Amino acid sequence: MTVLLETRGLSKSFGGLKAVSDVDFRIEKGEVRAVIGPNGAGKTTFVSLISGRVAPSAGTILFEGADVTDLPAFRRVQMGIAYTFQITSIYANLSVAENVALAAHQPGGKASLEPLERVGLADRAPQIAGTLAYGHQRLLEVAMGLALKPKLLILDEPTQGLSDAEIDNFITLVRDVAKDATVLLIEHNMPLVMELAHRITVLDRGMILAEGTAEDIRANAAVQAAYLGTG
Amino acid sequence: MTARIVLLHGAMILALFVAQFVVSDYAVLTITRIMVLAIYATGYNILFGYAGLLSLGHAMFFATGLYAAALGVTRLGLAAPEALLFALVCGIVVSFIIGLIALRATGVAFMIVTLMFSQAAFLTILYFGDITRGDEGIVIKDDQRVFSLLGTPMNLADPVLRYNIALAFLAVAIVLCLIVVRSKIGHVLVAIRENENRTAMLGYDVKRYKLIAFVLSGSFAAFAGAAYALLFAYAGSTLASIQYSINPLLWTLLGGAATVLGPVLGTAMMFLLVDFASSFTSASLLFVGVVLILLVLFFPKGILGTIRQRWWRWLP
Repeated sequence: MTVLLETRGLSKSFGGLKAVSDVDFRIEKGEVRAVIGPNGAGKTTFVSLISGRVAPSAGTILFEGADVTDLPAFRRVQMGIAYTFQITSIYANLSVAENVALAAHQPGGKASLEPLERVGLADRAPQIAGTLAYGHQRLLEVAMGLALKPKLLILDEPTQGLSDAEIDNFITLVRDVAKDATVLLIEHNMPLVMELAHRITVLDRGMILAEGTAEDIRANAAVQAAYLGTG
Repeated sequence: MTARIVLLHGAMILALFVAQFVVSDYAVLTITRIMVLAIYATGYNILFGYAGLLSLGHAMFFATGLYAAALGVTRLGLAAPEALLFALVCGIVVSFIIGLIALRATGVAFMIVTLMFSQAAFLTILYFGDITRGDEGIVIKDDQRVFSLLGTPMNLADPVLRYNIALAFLAVAIVLCLIVVRSKIGHVLVAIRENENRTAMLGYDVKRYKLIAFVLSGSFAAFAGAAYALLFAYAGSTLASIQYSINPLLWTLLGGAATVLGPVLGTAMMFLLVDFASSFTSASLLFVGVVLILLVLFFPKGILGTIRQRWWRWLP
């Protein structure tokens, strides 16, 4: 197994608050990795650092062995780090097809509808994206991530606000995606995480509290303490 | 490019060509002026309509072309075509430098920064009054308006020649604008307008695309300014004032932002409105103001924007 992404001593402070503190993290090629943790644990800040939307206070980020710490976000996307927003961020006034075409860097042209087929939105291609139902907008967000053909797909709470039936479809989708991309999943939905993730990283107060398989994490006392507050 | 788009834009240019044979001499002069200013509006629309960046300082680019051409002819002894090229190069350089600085700001801050630069340029023109002749302006003498093109003598004082030059320039501007907005650049600019964060997170160099739009639009403005100075033999500081930064915004809004022909139509409509209002009242601007308010209330997308929304979805 080769390491796809690695962070060394990664930190981010907002004023006095250490949102991410000295995190050493590795994710291997082909893995589905979940990052979990209580609210305010620094999960979104952590993936924002990786995707380049936020600049770190200290530490380095290596992607496929290259130092990307100082690269702007768009360069990292070009290298293969795709980020899907926690709060749906699509082009509400453009068609579904154009949304995906922009992601495929073929705007206005005849971009492939394959990403839409994979999330099951192909029949809605001509529709204006803002008129889609919420769950479908989340799927479009994922389709845009797929259209980028990323090496690392970061999904920030993708199932937030989805119905149970939609979540079941989503699990199938992520399994499918994981065949040719590495997935970094931030998620609150524990059954989903337990089912999908090969390994789980638990963040608490900006630090890595535990890391391991679903079984390891379930049995970990420190994790239970962080979640249930019995520490 | 689909046939009806070529047809529509071709018909517009053809109609303007035919117009010179049927309208009065006075109208020929007015339409010449409208066509030159429509080039300015067309460039403004690339930045405002497509990229969604509202500049309040484009008069500085218009003035850059205006003075580069006027001074080029009167001080540097350039022939009219040389002065036009010189002005275009000045426009590209100035808009590139100003763009690098102004695009560090977004939203309201961007409006203020462009306004500031433009006012500074305006005051600079007044400050160097011995060169620019300030309010009074530079008048290009008749003998400086004569040049030869491929061995044919041309005199810019001839209204028919002037009309057709302005028309040719406008046609080129429209075609260029069509090419830009239908290219990848045009689509990415729209994406930036619609959702800038998302566009960056799809791997687009947003700053670079915005700078391209800024320089394109500044260059159109400078070119229009140069054409204005050369065709009408005059460059004055009024044309660098805030009013000339606001004008292309109004023309674009009236005709329809983010439509290729909108700014052309808007410029013409505004001239017609002012003309019509002046025929029965001295408070013509009040009348125009009321019309603009009604427009914003009932047709916020402008004339062509509304037409596109309701009927012609294919309109570029």
